Order: sequence, then structure tokens, then C-alpha cells
Amino acid sequence: MERLAELVNADDRLVWKGRFIDTSFLLEIGETAYLIKVAEGRIASVRRGPFVMPSWDFALRASRETWERFWLPLPPPGWHDLFALVKRRALTIEGDLHPFMANLLYFKEVMASLRPRETN
Amino acid sequence: MKSYFEPLTGRYLHLNLLGKPHRLYVEEAGQGIPLLCLHTAGADTRQYRALLNDREILKEFRVIAFDLPWHGKSSPPAGWQHTDYRLSSKDYLSIIMDVADALELDRPVAMGCSIGGRIALHLALEYPERFRAIIGLESGAHVDAYYDTTWLHRPDVHGGEVCAGIVSGLIAPSSPEAERWETLWHYMQGGPGIFKGDLFFYMQDGDIRARVAKIDTQRCPLYLLTGEYDYSCTPEDTLDLVQRIKGAEATIMKGLGHFPMSEDPQKFLSYLRPVLERVRASGAARQIPK
Repeated sequence: MERLAELVNADDRLVWKGRFIDTSFLLEIGETAYLIKVAEGRIASVRRGPFVMPSWDFALRASRETWERFWLPLPPPGWHDLFALVKRRALTIEGDLHPFMANLLYFKEVMASLRPRETN
Repeated sequence: MKSYFEPLTGRYLHLNLLGKPHRLYVEEAGQGIPLLCLHTAGADTRQYRALLNDREILKEFRVIAFDLPWHGKSSPPAGWQHTDYRLSSKDYLSIIMDVADALELDRPVAMGCSIGGRIALHLALEYPERFRAIIGLESGAHVDAYYDTTWLHRPDVHGGEVCAGIVSGLIAPSSPEAERWETLWHYMQGGPGIFKGDLFFYMQDGDIRARVAKIDTQRCPLYLLTGEYDYSCTPEDTLDLVQRIKGAEATIMKGLGHFPMSEDPQKFLSYLRPVLERVRASGAARQIPK
């Protein structure tokens, strides 16, 4: 998670895709929460909880095991995509989903950016 | 590169569908056993581009694909601006049978993917005598809505981009980049609300769970091919069909997702060829005099 800003902000095309996004979202990895601020497609900050009064537009919540599988270099079927996780009830997405759904490809790519790149 | 034309032909067919005149886009190539291909929800015939270009298959099969009304290069009927598009089982069946009749297809093989894989089950149940075999790609008897489909059609969300975003994960992680993004481009080009209207069939009206066991594979063989990365119609959904339909055969395709013919065509064709060979051989066997 420490590398999220670096990975996303170094990807010019991804930042461009998110150029209209200004939002904060909560990411829960099991017991650990992160508050992630996006400004014009760049990850402006990643803060680690616990938080007293966090403000966010939407939240992604899943167990640590779920995210570990999702972030495998070649994730197993059913653990390879945010909506695959939603369908198996391993991930909940809640809150004001407009920024998330209006920029779905962007947020899918942001979350997948933590997956180690395959070298062919 | 040297420029060239593909062996397929695209034409517009004029016919009445659901009581209204339609202009329908149809592609075909090859000769022999007619193989009628049905695209997925919110997409079009371009998904079958590799099959329509496969020289070996085209020697034995006349491959035909058409864009459903409202999809691809098929227009919606006049007056469409006054209606919400919503695909029902009844209308979907009627369109397919009317197109097959208009093209005068003699007991074609029907092959459909996703919504096409579902309607393939309806075809096997309702019209077994009209088809020499049915091939269901990503076939399941039912899928419960697992996300809020209203996001697919509202003016403050780009329809093409959200549709592509919804389906992007249905493509297997190992599928080639060019074919993956070609497949997503088709979704980005769908008309407003069309993917959502197709999902009415997929997630509600097309539920065939209660009747699927009545499919008689003696009258019409049923082959099922499903990608292991498909979380919409899962391998479990397809294997459940095999449990319930006597004589149905299923293969789970490694390293493929929900759009096998489009996301990784060559890998898909390696699974399809043996099925087509069996269809061809069983037809030949029937013609040998006793």
C-alpha cells in the first residue's frame, strides 16, 4: 500500500484516465483501514488508520486473505477482479458510488496496480 | 504490411421482426454446414471475427453471425426513441428463428455466448428439430443480479466506459492485450441502455432453471464450453447443467473467460475444433446408407 501513490502517479495514461476525479475513498484490508485521496487522477495521499472521524465518498472492504489473492501475479479464477470479488461476496463496495462507477476502469486499474507485474 | 480483404461478407438483411420492419446486419463466410453464431449482451458480430476467418473451419462450415436489432450495425426499429429496449426470452427466440428462416438455413448448428449461451438452451428446449446441434458458450441456467445495473444507463455516467468497466474482469488475465481491448471496444460502442436491456433477459426473464432438465439431447446434441475465469456464468453453473441435462457435454476452457471467441480466439478455436469435428462426423454418419 505504501507504493500505491508511486505506482499510479508514474502511469501517465492512468492519471489521464482519472483526470476528472477528486475523491477520497476508504480501503479496508481486514482490520487495517487506509484513506486514499485522489486529485485529478493522481493519488494525493494514502493515510493509514485507525481514524477518529474519516470522511470518504465510498469504501472498499475485504479481508486480508481476499486482497492477498487478488494481488497475486496471476490470481485464481474468481479472485482476479473487483466485481468477481463482489459476486462471491468477498468484497463490499458502499457509499456514494458515483465517482467509483463513473471511473470504473480507472479504479479497477488502481487496485490492480499493486499486483506484481508479470515479466514475459 | 500487405493489405488484404478478409474472406467474410457483410450484408444488410431486410425482414420483419416482432411485427416491425428491420434492417439487420449479417456476416458470413465459408460453405457447408450452417453455423449460426450469437453474440453476447451489449456486443456484436465482431466477437466472431476469428471464426469467420478460419480457413479450415470455413471449408466445412458456413459461418453466419448477425447483429441483434439495436446492436452493432443493425438499426433499432423506427420509433425506437419512444421505447426502452428490453430483451425478453420470447422476443429473442422469435428473432433467431425468423433470421434462420429468412436465411433459409437447413438445420443449422446454433452457437451462442453468454446471453447467446442462455438462449441456446431455450433453442434446445423449444426447437430441437430445427438444429443439428447446439453449442453453448458460457452457458448457465440463470444468473442472479450481482450488481446494480442502473449504473449502465444514466446520463451522468459514460455508458460505453462503464459497460467496458463492468465486463473487463470477465476476460481472463492471460488473454492477449490486443484482443482484450478489442473486446472492450465493442462494449464501449454499444448504444445507450442496450447492454442493460440485454441483461433483463440474462438476469431475469431468461431464467430456465425449472425447465432445463427437459432438454432432450437425443433430438439435438448439446455441447457446452465455459472459460475458467468466467465469474458471470461460472464453470460450476455449466457443470450444473450437465448434471441436470442427460447427454449434455461440457468442457471447462483453461485460461479463458466470458468472451472466449473474442478475448483469445486461437485458444478458443483449439476447444471448438473437436466439437465441430464431432458435429460434422455425426452428420456424415447419418448420411451413410445402412
